[in-house]
Amino acid sequence: MVAERGWLKELYEWLDDRLGLAAMGALAKKKDVPVHRHTIWYYLGGMTLFLFVVQIATGILLLFYYRPSSDEAYESVQFLMAEVEFGWLVRSIHHWAANLMIFTLFIHMFSVLWLRAYRAPREVTWFSGAGLLGLALAFGFTGYLLPWNELSYFATRVGTEIVGVVPLAGEFLLRVARGGEDVTGATLTRFYAFHIAVLPATSVALLGVHLFMVQKHGMSVPLDVERQGGAGGTMPFFPNFLLRDLVGWLTALAVLAALAAFFPAELGVKADQFAPAPVGIKPEWYFMFMFQTLKYLPAHILVLEGELVGIFAFAVAGLLLVIVPVLDKRSDRGEGTPLITWLVIAAIIYIIILTYLGYTASPTT
Amino acid sequence: MQWTWNRGLILVVVAVTWTGAVRAQEQEAEVDNCRVCHSVLDDERLGGPARAFTGDIHAARGLGCADCHGGDRTLAGFEGMDPAKGFVGRPGKLQVATFCGRCHSDAAFMRQFNPSLRVDQVAEYSTSVHGRRLAELGDTAVAVCTSCHPAHAIKPPSDAASSVHPLNVAETCGACHADAEHMAGYQIPTNQLERYRRSVHWAMMTDGGDLSAPTCNDCHGNHGAAPPGFSWVGNVCGQCHSVIADHFAQSRHAKTFALLGNPGCATCHGNHEILRARPELLGLGEGAVCGQCHVAQDAGGTTATTMRGRLDSLRAAYGGADSLLLRAEHAGMEVSQARFELQGALNALVQARAAVHTFNPARVAAYVDEGLDVTAAAHQKGVEALGDLRFRRTGLGVSVTIILALIVGLVIKIRQAER
Amino acid sequence: MEQSGSASGQSRRRFIDWLMSRTLTTWLLSTSAGGLLLAVVYPAGRYLVPPAAGESAATSVTLPFTPDEVAPNEGKIFKFGSRPGILVRTTTGELRAMSAACTHLGCIVQYRPDIHHVWCACHNGHFDLNGRVLQGPPPEPLEVYTVNVREDQIVVSRGS
Repeated sequence: MVAERGWLKELYEWLDDRLGLAAMGALAKKKDVPVHRHTIWYYLGGMTLFLFVVQIATGILLLFYYRPSSDEAYESVQFLMAEVEFGWLVRSIHHWAANLMIFTLFIHMFSVLWLRAYRAPREVTWFSGAGLLGLALAFGFTGYLLPWNELSYFATRVGTEIVGVVPLAGEFLLRVARGGEDVTGATLTRFYAFHIAVLPATSVALLGVHLFMVQKHGMSVPLDVERQGGAGGTMPFFPNFLLRDLVGWLTALAVLAALAAFFPAELGVKADQFAPAPVGIKPEWYFMFMFQTLKYLPAHILVLEGELVGIFAFAVAGLLLVIVPVLDKRSDRGEGTPLITWLVIAAIIYIIILTYLGYTASPTT
Repeated sequence: MQWTWNRGLILVVVAVTWTGAVRAQEQEAEVDNCRVCHSVLDDERLGGPARAFTGDIHAARGLGCADCHGGDRTLAGFEGMDPAKGFVGRPGKLQVATFCGRCHSDAAFMRQFNPSLRVDQVAEYSTSVHGRRLAELGDTAVAVCTSCHPAHAIKPPSDAASSVHPLNVAETCGACHADAEHMAGYQIPTNQLERYRRSVHWAMMTDGGDLSAPTCNDCHGNHGAAPPGFSWVGNVCGQCHSVIADHFAQSRHAKTFALLGNPGCATCHGNHEILRARPELLGLGEGAVCGQCHVAQDAGGTTATTMRGRLDSLRAAYGGADSLLLRAEHAGMEVSQARFELQGALNALVQARAAVHTFNPARVAAYVDEGLDVTAAAHQKGVEALGDLRFRRTGLGVSVTIILALIVGLVIKIRQAER
Repeated sequence: MEQSGSASGQSRRRFIDWLMSRTLTTWLLSTSAGGLLLAVVYPAGRYLVPPAAGESAATSVTLPFTPDEVAPNEGKIFKFGSRPGILVRTTTGELRAMSAACTHLGCIVQYRPDIHHVWCACHNGHFDLNGRVLQGPPPEPLEVYTVNVREDQIVVSRGS
């Protein structure tokens, strides 16, 4: 897109001399996106990235008014919602974009798993993506506590207790996670530091790796498409694919605006550390299936504590998920792997059912 | 419970320090032989008091056995317990009051220990039902000093372990009054403790942690314990519920109840089992007390229903405005001013409920109308705050239109690029 | 390309061509992109402008009246968040502030100049100027606030 007119042309040339825009343009022109019946899944990574950028922008705006202390956190959020112009909008968008981001991230992950897009040579892309998923969940967990309301306080208490059941080091890890024996103002500052400094920095670094790997290897073509003689054609990334991406982002933006206007993020009641836990405390929806599983486990499985077994099982499942490219050698050779297909279906059904139960089962049973 | 104890405690500390110093000098010279011997006696009747006495307030003030029982503590052996040296063994029930009163009725003596402590307990006791039965009928089943203040383990009311701590008073009185066997000869009920434990006053004291909430002695007196009597129960309740007592005293019910011999406040609210005054108490419906005397056809019944209706309308208006504001607040609207003003309605409701005791619907209506004005204003503000949502929706409409236009433009652009 | 002979067919084609022309698309794109930019920048800009209230009103509040407006032996109700507070100037000229919600049933208390202390009209509860209960049914003292005077501003704050 080289400008034809006088001063624009001059400006372009000036920048090109210094930045090498022509080379970048050539690189972008070279990048192609395969076109086939699974192309739709290629948009989800970009949409997640867009939502992450929204999170950074609204997160920075929230920092202008938020105060990370147990005395002031709740009040500062209340002030932000009630007194600051468009404060409700910024917080609501941050809230909804976080949820949408995790949602698109899950779909992105399952689609990659389904299409075996992790197979050689894209293992590192998968590892970095898995890392980013972990970071996104950590973002959600730490961010949930920051408004310091009753629901988030007790959910954090329950959530952090889980690390306490780790054999031997449990108690120590619990202290590190909470910044003390219990969830207090110290936990809040700790979570705040993670949420606005440690996690964003790590995420940006890992995201750099992820995007570089995507750029290096290009889009993966699914096995079944390859078997049928490869993709029907390609589409230039710039501008054709990017423009389509933009349409997706704008749709996400419109959805965000609607959610924020019709379902603004609520604040609830200020946390009281000494009050008894209210009935029906629940974590964010993306932790619900794990939370609910732990509830259903019996107190003891053989000689082990039920909760410990559950957490251990989730840890193993998570680990298997991360090292799937290493385990799955058949896909590398282009052979079918029905086992993985069935496992993915089972996992999705399990997550949906347990999440559904988490929201509908009576909290007292 | 009236608290003179905070101030008392300071003085007690001063007194202890002072007497302690005096006693310490004396004790260097003399050993308390009574406790030396008795505390090692196996017989509980002889050794028990000496062993229990270490936790007694009198021991803490530096008093010893001989200060009450007489005798000579400097002498070991039986010669110390010579009646000639003023020794009194165990006082009989008839003598207990005078026994304690030797010191506790002596203002000059008591001043050394606790100048703010009253010295009229024995005089009061003689006016109580307990004291009169003891003196006039020689009834030894009644309570004497030691029945409530266990001898040799007496603690001040401020001590949570004391038998006369506010939380323990009911239990202490109940030791006899809730014992059907003990009370068999007196023809009075024995369920007061059980009923009191269901009352709002007990709930305030235990769950509410309010030690100033009334227990037995706050209405019956302590040393002068007696039933309050029908004609003046309003005075007792009015100690705390003064506005209501004033309203009631000027009402027609005050006179009628007196004529009928009805027990004032207790006619509707009961005595020991005084429950929280719920809205249902007023009127003729279920749980209402007016229906005990009135029916829907008489003037009293109409009055009760009218007052109940008024109060309910204010309650409903308050609830409506409150939940509306809460909704607006949860939507992130600034409604603190409206919520602040809405408190005025709560004020009016509380005053209207108190005004029920005038039994004059016009008085109740005046407060209710005042409250309804406040709720109407708050409701209006809530509606306006939620009206802000319209602004949000307009803004949303505009931005979604822009986004849609952009999407259309992009789609056309893609078509052009790929044509 | 299908050949269309009729005049109306040709004009329709021209209209579609015009619709698909680059000038119109560019205009549509740049206008709506500008609009979107405005729709993002405007709220963000307004968000960054500090609101009139200045600070979150959780732990302190600046009263809407000056110290001169409170005469000795006078009390004034003020708004502390959404709860009422009462500011009293004692007969000796000192300023005291405390919660104005009676601890009995939440009525708003008032200052009685005739008896020099705080009084609740609902059930005749009396409080001294340190918030302590003197008489009546209130079970607990009123929460006392710190008063600071900064030139002609009165700042009332809660907690330490």
